[in-house]
Amino acid sequence: MRRISVVIVLAACFLASSAYAVSEAYKGNIYDTGRLKPADSVLKVKVGQKAPDFKLKAISGKTVSLKDYRGKKNVVLSFIPAAWTPVCSDQWPGYNIVSDLFEENDAILLGISVDSIPTLYSWTRQMGDLWFEVLSDFWPHGAVASRYGVLRSDGTAERAIIIIDKKGVIRYIDVHDINERPSLESIIRPLEKLR
Amino acid sequence: MKRKSLFLISMMFIFVFSASTSMAGGPPQVGSTLPDIKLQKPADAAELKYLGLSGSGEFTVAQIKAQAVILQVFSMYCPYCQKDAPNMNRLFGMIENNPTLKGKIKILGIGAGNTPFEVNTFKKRYKVVFPLVPDADFTIHKILGEVRTPYFIVVRMDGPKKPEVVYSKLGAHEDIEAFLSEVVALADMK
Repeated sequence: MRRISVVIVLAACFLASSAYAVSEAYKGNIYDTGRLKPADSVLKVKVGQKAPDFKLKAISGKTVSLKDYRGKKNVVLSFIPAAWTPVCSDQWPGYNIVSDLFEENDAILLGISVDSIPTLYSWTRQMGDLWFEVLSDFWPHGAVASRYGVLRSDGTAERAIIIIDKKGVIRYIDVHDINERPSLESIIRPLEKLR
Repeated sequence: MKRKSLFLISMMFIFVFSASTSMAGGPPQVGSTLPDIKLQKPADAAELKYLGLSGSGEFTVAQIKAQAVILQVFSMYCPYCQKDAPNMNRLFGMIENNPTLKGKIKILGIGAGNTPFEVNTFKKRYKVVFPLVPDADFTIHKILGEVRTPYFIVVRMDGPKKPEVVYSKLGAHEDIEAFLSEVVALADMK
């Protein structure tokens, strides 16, 4: 029986292959994390409740507060696990070419990572000039991620999308498999429903 | 005995799957036959006509009507692919406006890990004028060796190993004219 279990584990290793296509823009500087546990946290928020407010520093030098958008814009929070890792590096650059889709839905995007400002600055420079704010949830480490229940046990965050309407109410949550990128339409379709 | 058989079956299972994933061991080599990848036919009639196809469903590169096909493995999420999009449109224009090349060299983009929605988003954003097909679950990307993007493969359709890989390289082309000349030479087009 033990032998069979070993075989099953081996088979799982062979079947678990990567699911990303890292851009040459990063010049081979991406750290391969291997396949990770799909989710490793317990959500502390739910659809229909007021989104916990937060204030974080952005790589632009601004300090961004969630409540600043209350009554003005729908907000998409994009938590990513960590800078310089495979799937994350293949995520925000896509959002960078669809500012029009966010505008059409009267929404803004806030990218959030538990990395420090210098790390996030260096990493996002490979993506070109981003139109959205990139926020550092570095210190106290992952405090915002923890408040939303998307901080993993190793100190990284989940790959999560949280959509908050203009009233500050959470309307959509996707704590995605950390090994995969949520599709663009999985963000845009729920936004369209807020119209 | 039963346990032994189960063990053997399990080992065979591993062997089969490891053999299939070993295709991700590297990109297609020059001189080899392009792996048999199945692509989704474009819905657009003009794009179907451009590729020399009809109907719906899947197609293979071997079915494309051309002497040479330039395959671009791209992603909507790849900054270099975004930057390279205008160049690719220019390459398409250079081919289509050259009577000796028009109809003989075709370009096809494969969106690695991109859904149809994402491929269309990229197409609209950069006004891409040649067909782009999705590879949402990375099936094709894995067969092509999980290459980084953008990656270019040129296949010769009239060579001895149809379709024969004559070019297989990572990275966008700074000099599109030189790349086109290289494609013409590699495909042995008179």
